Amino acid sequence: MTLDQVKPGYAAILSVIGGEGALRRHLLDMGLTPNTRVTVRKVAPMGDPIELFLRGYVLTLRREDAAKIEVVQVEKA
Amino acid sequence: MVIDMNGLFALAGNQNSGKTTLFNRLTGSNQHVGNFPGVTVEKKDGQIKGLKGVTLVDLPGIYSLSPYTSEEVVTRDFILKEHPTGIINIVDATNIERNLYLTLQLMELDLPMVIALNMMDEVRASGNSIDVQKLSQMLGVPIVPISAGKNEGIGDLTLAVKELMAAQPPRAKLDFCTGEVHRAIHSIAHIIEDKAKAAGYPLRFAATKMVEGDAPTMKALQIDENEEHIIEHIVEEMEEHLHTDREAALADMRYSYIENICADCVVKYQETHEQVRSEKIDRLLTHKYLGIPIFFAIMLVIFWLTFSVIGQPLQDLLKDMLGFATVQFSGLLQEVGVSEWLRSLIIDGACVGISSVLSFLPVIVLLFFFLSLLEDSGYMARVAFVMDKLLRKIGLSGRSFVPMLIGFGCSVPAIMATRTLSSERDRKMTIVLTPFMSCSAKLPIYGMITMAFFPDYGGFVMFGLYVLGIIVAILSGLLLKGTLFRGEPVPFVMELPSYRIPSGKSVLLHMWEKAKDFIRKAFTIIFLAAIVIWFLQNFDLHLNPVSDATKSILASIGSVIAPVFIPLGFNDWRASTALITGITAKETVVSTLSVLTGSSTDAQLAASLQQIFTPLSAISFLAFTILYMPCVAAFAATKRELGSLRGALLTALYQTGAAYLVATLVFQVGSIWFH
Repeated sequence: MTLDQVKPGYAAILSVIGGEGALRRHLLDMGLTPNTRVTVRKVAPMGDPIELFLRGYVLTLRREDAAKIEVVQVEKA
Repeated sequence: MVIDMNGLFALAGNQNSGKTTLFNRLTGSNQHVGNFPGVTVEKKDGQIKGLKGVTLVDLPGIYSLSPYTSEEVVTRDFILKEHPTGIINIVDATNIERNLYLTLQLMELDLPMVIALNMMDEVRASGNSIDVQKLSQMLGVPIVPISAGKNEGIGDLTLAVKELMAAQPPRAKLDFCTGEVHRAIHSIAHIIEDKAKAAGYPLRFAATKMVEGDAPTMKALQIDENEEHIIEHIVEEMEEHLHTDREAALADMRYSYIENICADCVVKYQETHEQVRSEKIDRLLTHKYLGIPIFFAIMLVIFWLTFSVIGQPLQDLLKDMLGFATVQFSGLLQEVGVSEWLRSLIIDGACVGISSVLSFLPVIVLLFFFLSLLEDSGYMARVAFVMDKLLRKIGLSGRSFVPMLIGFGCSVPAIMATRTLSSERDRKMTIVLTPFMSCSAKLPIYGMITMAFFPDYGGFVMFGLYVLGIIVAILSGLLLKGTLFRGEPVPFVMELPSYRIPSGKSVLLHMWEKAKDFIRKAFTIIFLAAIVIWFLQNFDLHLNPVSDATKSILASIGSVIAPVFIPLGFNDWRASTALITGITAKETVVSTLSVLTGSSTDAQLAASLQQIFTPLSAISFLAFTILYMPCVAAFAATKRELGSLRGALLTALYQTGAAYLVATLVFQVGSIWFH
């Protein structure tokens, strides 16, 4: 499963960070590293981007980028 | 006590960590503070209060030292090439994990460093705590808890900087790498030691960058093929053992170390009050259905207040005052016996020109007052979040929405507002597209034409014009995305900072900064333009002064240019002259047409216009007016923000070209349609 498929109100553990180049590096730098627990908080009014909560702060990400991140152990936050 | 010594400190930290606020506290200088990711585009400096001769440079807010964004490159280059005495690293205590990620990278630079642990008041108020002493010990870096917003701990920080300069500072502990990563970094450090020294690079930093495969560092160190091969082999071995790639391995190593430290030093029972409050506010402001209407309502109120309730009276008052001053000054010049042409140059050229531009000042200052409220409170980041999907279609991101919206009021502050965009590409594209949003100064032109031709369909025509501007902007966006501004848009991975109440001082500083900017412009480029236009209006081709506007150089130019507009359906020197004077300020299109047609009433003007235009060519004239290059004030802003005259000229050329094309289309297609 990928991060963009996680519904708002659910949390998941990141397993593989895909993508490449600047994007991937930026995702890692922002703390989206394997084994990090991320909560999907909400979806923007037009359905994209999505709002995440991780490491004590709020981050927004486009769906197409979130689709490059694989997750495991999805559960209600 | 003021201590006299020489030093250069770099202030580095994440975006939204309160860096610019701290910079202002430390230096007491006037600088704009924002609560929008990436406000500081260029680096600014100031003298640290109480430490004479010690300069502090405010570096762009960054999350990492990777060479991907221009901000990161600026910061890296500054630290590696300017060899500062030391670094002040500001860390947001409410978001300590992610902030320490940069700290670990800064530590590798092997420079004296002090951590300013900001927003400690918020941490304490929420019942959480951070063991500062223990954290300092574990990192090997002195830490001063502060609250930049409340001006707490600034004296202690200054003292810590002084100590950093006086004593042999403690070395940061660099044993945060473990296992395979540790082995790789140290093996590579061994290989590149001499080259790093020769290049003046901190060894540990260079070795880490080798593991990351950082091209700029490879080049700076002049790594040869053989060494590159060995390094590659070491890194591949590390990847094989860790079952992951180099980038993920390093990010993971840093974050794991931080997690361990935080487990020891940070007690976090709950989110801070600010975070809880932000979540509640966002339930409304980024609500699925209400988010967008609320945003438009907020913008509507801001426009209403800026352009009518407060702005209009202020603008009128300022106009009256400037008019009065001009008349007085004119009388004074007459009294002292200044020659007529010089008086005309000073009064009709310079004074009138500057007054007409300065009368925009209240509107601009007001607009920026509201904008800095939005920015400093943290709402602007939400606007980007809500609007991103719409703007992505034309190759921009949500962050470009606000400047474009301001464009409906006035292009000048809109172009100035692109400063908040962190991506260079987005910034340039937004600057080019924003003037297509029909500004309020064009309203009198629409009014004039609709009155003469479509008195019953005024609203419909106006609406159509606004839509036309937006459509051209969208098409231009698609065109530019595929040509001039190709290449990867910067990924939209953006932090939503907690809402904070903007400080009055910061908002006032922002307003003052923009006002200063604008006044400076009014007295330079716009001043010059006003004089040139005055000259063209008052002299004929033999450089003799003219009393009749129809004989001036401007009118001659208008006559020469007039045939150019034949495809657009009008060929009249008065129309083309009005379009030229419109470049000084769009309202002048109306006054020029009135003067040149000798109309003193609206009815006369309408009658004259009906001789110049047909209803269809009036529409194409309007289409041209809304799209062609903006006024000099906006042109000056474009030049300043793009940082190049060539860029500004190209932009104006593009806008005018688009206007010509669209207006021609309107007329030609219309002609066939109605035939």
